[in-house]
Amino acid sequence: MKPTYDIDHAVIRFAGDSGDGIQIIGSQFAAASALTGNDIRSLPDFPAEIRAPEGSVGGVSSFQIQFGAAPIYTAGDACNALIAMNAAALKASLSSVAKGGAIVANTAGFSEKNLRLAGYVQNPLEDGSLAGYSVFAVDITKMTALALADYKTKLSSSEIERAKNFFALGMIYWLYHRPIESTAEWIRNKFSGKADILNANTEALFSGWDYAVNAELFTVRYHINAAPLPKGRYRSLTGNVAIALGLTAAAQKARLPLLFAGYPITPASDILHTLSSYKRFGVKVIQAEDEIAAIAATLGASFGGNLAATASSGPGMSLKIEALGLGVMAELPLVVVDVQRAGPSTGMPTKTEQSDLLQSLYGRHGEAPLPVLAAASAADCFDVAFEASRIALKYMTPVIVLSDSYLSNSSEPWRIPEDGELPSIEPHFSKGAPEHGALKQGDFKPYLRDPATLTRQWAIPGTKALEHRIGGLEKLANVGTVSHDAENHAEMVRVRAEKIAGIANDIPLAEAFGAETGQTLVISWGSTFGAVRTAVEQMLLQREHIAHLHLRYLNPFPRNLHNIMQKFDRIVCVELNSGQLSQVLRGAFGEEIIPLTKITGQPFKTDEIKSFIRETLAHQTGVDDVRFVLEGLVPS
Amino acid sequence: MQNLINTVVSNGDAEITFGVKDLRPAGDVRWCAGCGDYAVLAQVQKLLPELGVPRENIAFISGIGCSSRFPYYMNTYGFHTIHGRAAAVATGLKVGRPELSVWVISGDGDALSIGGNHTMHLLRRNVDVNFLLLNNQIYGLTKGQYSPTSQHGQITKSSPLGMPDYPFNPVSLALGAGGTFVARTLDRDLKHLAAMLRRAAEHKGTSFLEVYQNCVVFNDGAFEELTDKATKPEKVLFLEHGKPLIFGTNGNKGIRLDGLQPQVVSLETGEYSADDLLVYNERDETLAYIMANLTYKPDFPRPVGVFLSIDRPCYEDELVRQIDESRKTVKSQNISLEALFTSGNVWTIS
Repeated sequence: MKPTYDIDHAVIRFAGDSGDGIQIIGSQFAAASALTGNDIRSLPDFPAEIRAPEGSVGGVSSFQIQFGAAPIYTAGDACNALIAMNAAALKASLSSVAKGGAIVANTAGFSEKNLRLAGYVQNPLEDGSLAGYSVFAVDITKMTALALADYKTKLSSSEIERAKNFFALGMIYWLYHRPIESTAEWIRNKFSGKADILNANTEALFSGWDYAVNAELFTVRYHINAAPLPKGRYRSLTGNVAIALGLTAAAQKARLPLLFAGYPITPASDILHTLSSYKRFGVKVIQAEDEIAAIAATLGASFGGNLAATASSGPGMSLKIEALGLGVMAELPLVVVDVQRAGPSTGMPTKTEQSDLLQSLYGRHGEAPLPVLAAASAADCFDVAFEASRIALKYMTPVIVLSDSYLSNSSEPWRIPEDGELPSIEPHFSKGAPEHGALKQGDFKPYLRDPATLTRQWAIPGTKALEHRIGGLEKLANVGTVSHDAENHAEMVRVRAEKIAGIANDIPLAEAFGAETGQTLVISWGSTFGAVRTAVEQMLLQREHIAHLHLRYLNPFPRNLHNIMQKFDRIVCVELNSGQLSQVLRGAFGEEIIPLTKITGQPFKTDEIKSFIRETLAHQTGVDDVRFVLEGLVPS
Repeated sequence: MQNLINTVVSNGDAEITFGVKDLRPAGDVRWCAGCGDYAVLAQVQKLLPELGVPRENIAFISGIGCSSRFPYYMNTYGFHTIHGRAAAVATGLKVGRPELSVWVISGDGDALSIGGNHTMHLLRRNVDVNFLLLNNQIYGLTKGQYSPTSQHGQITKSSPLGMPDYPFNPVSLALGAGGTFVARTLDRDLKHLAAMLRRAAEHKGTSFLEVYQNCVVFNDGAFEELTDKATKPEKVLFLEHGKPLIFGTNGNKGIRLDGLQPQVVSLETGEYSADDLLVYNERDETLAYIMANLTYKPDFPRPVGVFLSIDRPCYEDELVRQIDESRKTVKSQNISLEALFTSGNVWTIS
């Protein structure tokens, strides 16, 4: 009996050729880990090319997952274990393996040809270059073939070879005490009707487990307790699916039809795909002829009383900007999702960046403020899409939702809202006849505002007696007819700005996590949440004087933001750009902001944040009077 | 799911009681005196009360340009949008609210230059909107630059030595884009204009109506020979379904086909009679292309009328049909939020 060690978390990565089924076993491992009650965050990484050359480093597909007994916020900095199906996979992933980490290598993928394609002169499994790691060299391909010897007459040799991903998964399931049955069931469903392939994959999965039990390979195995997650039902989802769900849920809660119009663009296309599959929920999707048509169509739908949304990425967002100005002028509700990628121009379409913040806040002609929200995690994309819809409908304004490439692909558990947990949304259509039956022409004032919210009326075609015209020309205050009057324009520019600024009274206050006052406040927004929160938690456990403030609302800011900032000696702003939020915060509050930026197309690692704060800022440690809540923090 | 829209809109079955005067706006119409747009506005206002559509169910969408002011002068719902995008805005409105009668008012610059892509795709999708192209062959609102329908060599503010490029023929463009109703009319032939507007309104699908519209300030007289009583009979060919193509003073000329080549023949020499002429068929796409190609041919009269009128399913109907059909295949409770949320692998933490 091999000993079992209890650990609180682990990071592993599966890597192999695009055709090796890496994403399948990665997501199966994630599902099995979720079933044990671990918290998980996972990040798939696949080639930008549709069919990258086999065996090449550029063609490596990988899936990284962190799972733990405490809340997990990222897919992990460094892997405790790498499962490499060939030499290219090792080459591509070695830098992400922790020193001393385990490398499970499929020796069949280290042939002379594999080594050459990966750019190795010598076999790294044999030349001692992996001395700092625990290397487990196994001919997984051969072991799979042996396990499936009975299938030789029923399946082709390539079909047998393809089952090796499940053999590898079985081994790793044993190593980390994962429940194997859920994957066996998944195989049964996936391959129902193909009995031989179904049985072969199942056999490979269990054979991998048995091999790990019996072979003199792994000498220990690991156990990870369930995390203290909120009770409820969970499913796993990516950021893009979460946005599709959030928009659909908001439409249902507002009792409005949802119309989505989009144009294919990486990495936002999955929102278009997902909503296109929601036909039975009444979702209307237009695949438009271009980005401009997509947003223009949503403005038409919004004029007609639909909840309307569009989604794109940087270059597409630039194309939508003129129409956004019309949305601001016409004061129509609209949700615009920007799944950011590395730019400018075509940039690096599959790499992540947070570089569209300034475009979102200011990138319009004229003075055209609108609310901007950013999602912190894949699951948070649901809440942010829902909240953006609420704000758009309540305040009759376009709202920008910022996600990014990292969130669009990463997946995490999402607690399914139970009946009644989602608030209902109340759009305020103007009532026509008979209430307004006696209205004479010109009596109806489409720009008359609710004094509390400054929101104008939403009178939709089909409503009797409210016929009116709107458009991009400046409006006469309240009346809504065209006006070129100087004072009126000044008033309208002001009132449009006041309406958006006033939303600050309708959003939660900002909260600092950790110290209430002290040395350093770390501010983040969007997908950097996970890395920053992990870093700050770890520093708090070292009793450092630090706190984390994450901003979901980037316009308007929470009303107490400046107040919190003033309680700290210095403010570090962490973002994946050259310091855009830092610039905005300086301008808004006149405070000095220390930017921590990264522009490599990769997300932050926790260690990068910790070491910046500790080394660059000569951060003091061991302060005794830090007041913070340790509950839920697990020492690592 | 209850649809909030249904709580405010009229059900549309009340008696249609509005008249022309109800369509006139409170404010002034601000086109130049003598602008051809006035004729179109008046004929549209005359037509709408006769269509059986409640006034509140009518929406006019426009882009930017002189003609795009049109919605402001119609007391219906209206949306004056941005340059070139009216077709896309109208698509979203019609898909979102298929029960509405949606009209797009556009011009040659708006529809064929900056908005060319949207015009093309509106026609391809066959969204059920009425698209009026008020073609004055010039940029009027920006004061006189050549447009994509100005004539080669035309002197304008931006082509002092003559326009170097060649014009679009909007009817050919609409046919090429898959239009199911393509017609042309003249602002100064009120009877024909009214008839074409009615045909456009009655067609199910995108109705593309090009109106030759005179700009009195920047391109006055562009269609003079087509509208002047003296020259019109020789210069204009009226396409009428089921009728031979006759034109000329006293109907003394006609068009016959020599193979696929149209030719002008005289009916006075005794060589040809009306029986030899091409009998127009507006449901024949080949004939529509042949007639459209006569547009800028100097030796032929300019064809006006309905070039093509065929039936093809509308985009928004197909979309609604897909929604209805996917609902038929699942039990009704499966369209709930609960069903949406729990699609996929669900686990419980207790």
